[in-house]
Amino acid sequence: MLASLLIVFREIIEAGLIVGIVLAASKGVPRRSLWVAYGVAGGVLGACIVAAFAGELESMFQGSGQELFNASVLLLAVVMLTWHNVWMAGHGRQMAREMREVGAQVAAGERTLAALAIVVGVAVLREGSEVVLFLYGIASQPGTTTASLLLGGSLGVVGGIAMSALMYYGLLAIPAHKLFRVTSGLITLLAAGMAAQAVLFLQQAGYLQVLMSTVWDTSRILSQDSIVGRLLHTLVGYNDTPNGAQLVAYVATIAAVTVLMRWEHGRQARLKATAVPAPLPAE
Amino acid sequence: MKTTLIIAVLAIGFGTSASADDAIALKLKDHKFTPAEIHVKANQPNVIAMTNEDTTAEEFDSTSLKVEKVVAGNSTGNVRLRPLAPGRYPFMGEFHSATAQGVVIAE
Repeated sequence: MLASLLIVFREIIEAGLIVGIVLAASKGVPRRSLWVAYGVAGGVLGACIVAAFAGELESMFQGSGQELFNASVLLLAVVMLTWHNVWMAGHGRQMAREMREVGAQVAAGERTLAALAIVVGVAVLREGSEVVLFLYGIASQPGTTTASLLLGGSLGVVGGIAMSALMYYGLLAIPAHKLFRVTSGLITLLAAGMAAQAVLFLQQAGYLQVLMSTVWDTSRILSQDSIVGRLLHTLVGYNDTPNGAQLVAYVATIAAVTVLMRWEHGRQARLKATAVPAPLPAE
Repeated sequence: MKTTLIIAVLAIGFGTSASADDAIALKLKDHKFTPAEIHVKANQPNVIAMTNEDTTAEEFDSTSLKVEKVVAGNSTGNVRLRPLAPGRYPFMGEFHSATAQGVVIAE
């Protein structure tokens, strides 16, 4: 039971943390729980479909279907996270102000919720399909231990939910006017880590065979397999043996998101500056 | 411009990757790997063709190799290894890690 609990928990940590960050990043937006629920439900459904067709997916693209699929959904999540951050760079301050003034109801923010729901869906889908395959494997084998293994699995899921809650309430301890700056930073690093992970999947699919040598090895100091290593891997993309192409993707993503955020912030500021004199009533 | 770039990327991709034809065979049966010790040449890419003869899926998982790959029951999946520095790289079948254990030795 402990083994299955650990496996399910290990797979679910990532999705759990991402749900927690998304909930904090969308604080004050109406119907965000509904959108996150859509994301989770879509992810679970997708995970079952991916698990059911694991063999078919595998044989696509000369045996690299699984890697290309993983890389694609990760890159989709990177785009969605970037979009959210860029939008927030233009409207975040207004949202934080409205949250204080009108008691945490900001109708304007609902647009990016669809993007965040996709991010949640992707996270649940990726980790969830492995959980489904694992639990299905247990359930299909006759044996007296099945019940306890399934119990272990369920407890793993509960652990994942607890992780979400911990992340969420941890972030909420940050004062409101700083909250979105922190979540934007977290989301940038999340996106950079996912981009680096996508590069690894592309390389395993046989593409992007450049800069493949390991740049450093910190596995003795902090193994990526340890709990702390795994948490940092999810949150900031920690990698104990990154290769050159992964580093390039990581740094390029941070640079791109930062530049886009600055640009959008400036654009919104200029829009507001030109809109300050109230339009004269027509004579 | 975009097309040229894609072609260039594909050319790089196919140009230097180890072909699946000279893949190293790895079998999983009753949640055990055969051979449990795989010898590969160091500093060059390698491909392991893992045939899962069990009825349930297994995940080829190795932190040191940086590979997580699900292979469905009764099917074969290719696991691509990056060029490895000489050394030992343990791997496991994550879903049955009590028995499914192996090691890649790069030399």
